[in-house]
This record gives sequence, C-alpha cells and structure tokens, in this order.
Amino acid sequence: MPDLQGFGAQMLEGAAMTLGIAVMSLLFGVAFGLFGAAAKLYGARPLRILADAYTTVVRGVPDLLIIFLIYFGGTVTLSKILDRQIEVSAFASGVVALSIVFGAYATEIFRGAIQSLPRGTIEAAQALGIVPHRVFTQVVLPQAWRLALPALGNQWVILLKQTSLVSIVGLEELMRKSAIAAGSTRQPFTIYLAAACLYLVFTMLSTVTLEYAEHRANRSLRST
Amino acid sequence: MFDWALMYDNVPRLLSAVPLTLGISASCLALGLLLAVPLAFARIGHVAWLRWGANGYILFFRGTPALVQIFLIYYGAGQFDWVRSSPLWEILREPLWCVVIALGLNSAAYTGKMLSGAIAAVPRGMVEAAEALGLSRWRTLRLVVLPLAIRTALPAYGNEVILTLKASSLACTITLLEVTGTARVLVSRTYAPYEIFILAGAIYLALAFILTRGFTWLERRLLTDIAVKPSRGLSALADAGR
Repeated sequence: MPDLQGFGAQMLEGAAMTLGIAVMSLLFGVAFGLFGAAAKLYGARPLRILADAYTTVVRGVPDLLIIFLIYFGGTVTLSKILDRQIEVSAFASGVVALSIVFGAYATEIFRGAIQSLPRGTIEAAQALGIVPHRVFTQVVLPQAWRLALPALGNQWVILLKQTSLVSIVGLEELMRKSAIAAGSTRQPFTIYLAAACLYLVFTMLSTVTLEYAEHRANRSLRST
Repeated sequence: MFDWALMYDNVPRLLSAVPLTLGISASCLALGLLLAVPLAFARIGHVAWLRWGANGYILFFRGTPALVQIFLIYYGAGQFDWVRSSPLWEILREPLWCVVIALGLNSAAYTGKMLSGAIAAVPRGMVEAAEALGLSRWRTLRLVVLPLAIRTALPAYGNEVILTLKASSLACTITLLEVTGTARVLVSRTYAPYEIFILAGAIYLALAFILTRGFTWLERRLLTDIAVKPSRGLSALADAGR
C-alpha cells in the first residue's frame, strides 16, 4: 500500500478495527439468527409474534438509525443508571447494532433453510426417539447450515460494508481513519479511493473464500 | 420514562422531512434505472471490453460501502482544481446532488446486475419465435425481451426500492436534513433519543410498508398471465440489505 503521506499505516490500523467489529457482529448475529429462526419455527405464539416483529422492524428501518438509537440511547440510559455523564463505547454499540441487524436477516435465512429441508431425516430422528433439541442440533442444523451458507455469506459481505456506518458515531475504523487522513492531507479523493480499494479487497476475498466453502460444504453431495 | 408528549410534539417536524427522503430515494432510483439498462446489456452482450467494463463497475459499486462512494464524490471532487473551475462544480459542491449521484450510481450497479440476470432468464424460444416472425432486433427487445425480463425482475426490484429508501438515510452524513438527519438534530435538542429515533423508525417502516404493498399489487397485475412465477425463496433474500 502506498504511503499516503504517512497515513497508510493509520488506515491499515482502521482496517483491522473494521474486521474486528465485523467478526464480533457476525458471531452475535449468527446467534441471534439461530434463536430467531427457532422462535419463528418452534416457538409459542407470543415468541413467534416477537420474532416476526423483530425481523420486520429491523429490515424496514435504516441501519444508521439503529446505530444512532443504540449509541445515543445507550448513552442516555447508562448515564441515568450510573447517575453521571457517561458515553458508551462506539465499538460496543456498533457491535450491538450490527448484530441486531445481521440477526434479523440471518433469522430469515435460517428459517428458509430449515423449512426447505426434507422432512424424512427429521422424522427418522424423531422415530428413533432422539430428544427434540438434539434433533435440532444434530440433524437439522448440519443440513440447514449447508443450505444457508450462500445467503449467509452474502450477508457477511453486506455486514463488512455496514461497519463503515459506525464511523459516524466515532469508532476509529477504516472510514473514520480515512476521514481524518482526508482532512489532514487535503487529498480526499486519493484517500477515499484507497479506502474503497481496501473494502474491495475484503469483500472480494470474502466472496472467493465463500465460494470455496460452499464447494467444500457440498462435497458429500457430489459424485466423485 | 417514555415521554409520549414529546414524541407527539415532534411528529410534524419529522414528517416535514419525509418529502426530502422520498425525493432523494426517487431520484436515485430513476438515475439507477436509467443507467441499469445499458449496463445490463453491456454485461450480457458480445463486446468483450463493454462486458469487462460493466462487470468492473458492478464489482466496484457492490463491493464498497455506499458511504465511501458518497464521500468520494462529495469530498473527493474538490481535490481537483480542474473540477473546481469547471461548470461541474456547481453540481458537485451541492450535497443533495452528490448523494443522488452516489446512491444513483450505486443503485445502477445492483439494478443492472438484477436486470441482466432477468434478461438472461428470458427463454430462448421466445426470442427465436420473435425472430422467426420477422421482428427486427429492436422490436424483439422492446416487445418480447424487456417486458418478460421486467416481470422477472420485479420482485427483486421491489427489494431494491426498499434498500434505496433505507440508503437515503446516509444523506444525513453530509449535512442533509432528511428524516434521519432531522431526527439527529431533534435528539441533540431534546436529549430524548428513544422517543425521536423510534418515531423516525416508525416513519421509515410505514413508508416501506406502503411501497411493499404497492409492489405486491403491481406484481399481481403484471404476473397474471405468466406461467412461471419468479422464485421468492432464498435467492430473493440473497441481496437483502446493503
């Protein structure tokens, strides 16, 4: 990477932060998605309604608004609880907001994948007397995983791009570092183009890796 | 705890920002659609350099955050003296124009990819039948290929409309006071983030709901005589979100 008047290293540091927040949000988001899908498919009525409301609201509202809500809302609530002026960490609120968003899409992806599984394997497991939660973790999930992988991978690429929004509440990731560099160097076009290229490297590497993962995940289905 | 009166008082202020949100979204979609058609044909055409160009364009705009694209145009354009001294500067120094251009170019990439897929999905037989009837290439395109492709692409395009509506919130990062921007100003004035942001969220939700309903209606009208309904399974979800 070119020096960019000494800001190249800063931007790489920001890029590491971008990856960090994306990975954290992915982990929590997948967990949210699994809970959401389970709630939608097997939950009692109130739980189902709650899960439906979750996915509908989150998918209909801008991500930036959710980040603002968590960040500014969290600041107000924490200040009230601790009874002094406090500012929540941009990283933590970013992870919370992006996990909530990722979880909503992941819920729909997992639900769709589980619903499209052949009934036979699940019925066979039930006929063998396997307890429901083990049917879910050992029969449903391993199969659904494979079906969900392409859409989930797509959502990861979207998540990578969404992390740029957390720069608006001050997290020093790639976008924020670029804004600082753009101001100091007076070369905003060069700086932002470099940032765009870094994002492009991340998204392209992800796409290639995902294609390989899909290929591997389906290896048992191919006749060799 | 939850200040309903404050929420109620701010409804008109937030609603007054809705026209700007809708205006930005509609302009971006219009620009996106305008560019998507040539992009889609370049992508599936036989001219190699056009194909490469279209694919490169789509790769760049889909592979980088919309926020970078907005900053690249709004802040980036000023780096060059020749831009500053050209008549183009009248446009590029306006945040509104920059958002419309950036998100329009972005939308074009998504719509172009979607449209090229839909055109490729038009059955060969239909095109051959039109050719056998002696229709010119242009008429085949206009009367057979495009109407069929538009129907195939419609559900995915409805998704694109919602995504653009949500993406228009990025306009607030370069000083525009659309719904999200207005909400942010109101929060800094009232220190009531929950009330204001939830209200703003409800407005977006209502707009998205109306648009979704509109598209469902349009689909039902346009898809009445088509045998194959486009699949709405996982593939429709693949591009959800940005």
